[in-house]
Amino acid sequence: MPCLTCTDLRVSFSIQKKTAHAVRGVSFGLDDRKTLGIVGESGCGKSVTALSVMRLVPVPPARIESGSMIFEGADLLAIPEKQMCGVRGRRISMIFQDPMTSLNPVFTCGGQVAESLLLHKGMGKAEAAEFCERLFAEVGIAEPKRVYAAYPHNLSGGMRQRVMIAMALACSPRLLIADEPTTALDVTVQARLLELLKELQDTKDMSMILITHNLGIVAGMAHDVIVMYAGEVMEAAPSKELFDAPRHPYTDCLLKTIPSIEKRSERLTVIPGTVPTPLEIPEGCPFHPRCPRVTDRCRKEHPPLHAVSGNHQVRCHHYE
Amino acid sequence: MNKGDDINNADGINNLNSGDDICIDIKDLKVHFPVRGGLVGKISGWTKAVDGVSFRVMRGEVFAVVGESGCGKTTTAQAVMGLIPPTGGSIHLSLGDYKDKPVTWADMRSAANRKKLRRQMQIVFQDPYSSLNPRMSVRTILEEPLIIHKLGSKKEREARIAELLDQVGLSPAYLDRYPHEFSGGQRQRVGIARALATSPEFVVADEPVSALDVSIQAQIINLLQDLQQRYRQTMLFISHDLAVVRHIANRIAVMYQGRIMEMGANEQIFASPAHPYTELLLRSVPTVGSAAAPRRQEVDGDRDAPGGDLGGCAFYPRCPRRSERCRQETPPLEDLGGNRLAACFCR
Repeated sequence: MPCLTCTDLRVSFSIQKKTAHAVRGVSFGLDDRKTLGIVGESGCGKSVTALSVMRLVPVPPARIESGSMIFEGADLLAIPEKQMCGVRGRRISMIFQDPMTSLNPVFTCGGQVAESLLLHKGMGKAEAAEFCERLFAEVGIAEPKRVYAAYPHNLSGGMRQRVMIAMALACSPRLLIADEPTTALDVTVQARLLELLKELQDTKDMSMILITHNLGIVAGMAHDVIVMYAGEVMEAAPSKELFDAPRHPYTDCLLKTIPSIEKRSERLTVIPGTVPTPLEIPEGCPFHPRCPRVTDRCRKEHPPLHAVSGNHQVRCHHYE
Repeated sequence: MNKGDDINNADGINNLNSGDDICIDIKDLKVHFPVRGGLVGKISGWTKAVDGVSFRVMRGEVFAVVGESGCGKTTTAQAVMGLIPPTGGSIHLSLGDYKDKPVTWADMRSAANRKKLRRQMQIVFQDPYSSLNPRMSVRTILEEPLIIHKLGSKKEREARIAELLDQVGLSPAYLDRYPHEFSGGQRQRVGIARALATSPEFVVADEPVSALDVSIQAQIINLLQDLQQRYRQTMLFISHDLAVVRHIANRIAVMYQGRIMEMGANEQIFASPAHPYTELLLRSVPTVGSAAAPRRQEVDGDRDAPGGDLGGCAFYPRCPRRSERCRQETPPLEDLGGNRLAACFCR
């Protein structure tokens, strides 16, 4: 069963009378209890895509130009704001990147998590507090009572991110969006949290969208992956297929830049240049200035998404 | 841990390369911070950020200190840079004019002398967003260290700035731009150029790539490696990411809760980690392909869990191979031969 179907999403921002096309026609589907990984460098539009699902992109300056986002039979981009409030935090919830800044420093952790329970579940204060402590225990917080009364600054980064996860899970959402959930954390803490997310997904029957620039994380977590660049999907495939046989040169480059702990090479492979800003997206294939396999055709002609096999699509003229 | 043991061990490994030239010599370094509580701020306890660390950094090598946040790696670097006074132990620096007669920061009473030493040691910070002054242009940022250390005339400084930008791969057109106009990777290049401005002999790189995208990380690591090799700088590289360290370091020390758990050459550490904590770190790195995620019970010990303070091994609460002895006794950092040290009973 599809949990979320996104078709031709286009989001732009007007900045000083110019238009920045942040997301340019992204489509994807996500099945129940599956994880979709969205990968790409900063500035490629992956966070804007995720925020659009929650309808959290600020309008204006942003404008959702087209697209539909079908979730539980309703188009999230079309329903009235009031109805959206009932979806946000209850049916779909989000874990943000930076646990240091996404918790409110002047409220206790418990209070912040209980807020959504009071709001969406209509629980009383005492009931919410009890539920909250159970939730904390579930996400692996050793002393739920202490953390309930603690302020965010009392906790370590990993603990804060656990509080964020508890908050996101409070209303047993059907879809969890994790936007770089472990980027600000140590590798050991990261490993533990990813393991925790996987377990929770199994026990809670959730679907998950995992956004990251680290392909290593996606490899261990996602069933399907889309690789984004300059607001477009460059390659979409089941995780195993993508890592075993990447078809797009950008995916290939991303995989090669990861330093390996298994062998030491003299130099790391780099992708020359930087991600184009949404204000100046190159003509033709957006990746052509950095592509090792560039030809004249790439400079002029924008490649369509070719289907390689059933669920493997790639946006490249030279995919074969 | 017995103080004498520790020093002897450190001597043990480093003497093997007696032909090498010692650049930084750290012996039994301790940095303790007071914990204050109550209204009057009475000292209620001590946080032992660094607790008896000894190692030597040879001239021209990249020495990496690896560990999780809070393990004392940054504090160690700050003590080396003279930014915080050590509570105990010593740090001898053989840099610049003091190449043949090592000095400590405590020896350097006059500001002029300290400045002379500082010219030879610079730092690249973790966060390229907060370590560049948003109100200074790239030109001003790069010129400041040259002015402070009175290096060259106006014209020479101008030439040096152009050279620096070129070395870190930035276009001269960026000279009059401000930090907010750059991407994270470009900002970190500016940070590196600033650290190189005074041609220091010793550079501390404190998590220089952890705030950057993976694709940009590779660019910056390559750049640091190129520059280090070209200028034969000595580098203290601090990181929590073993994959990054693998590519840049000659020797590695793994720190946990203020102590060194394991130390050895790059290849040794990765080929056969001698300490369970190093194994845990290695397993935690997310990889594409083969390596499976760490099994849960092995990583689930909590860093704040009790047990570490009872006089036993600091890693006891999280260790998969712990025994009763580990809880009661602190394992000393022992020489395993072949330039290798580890602090674990359960090998």
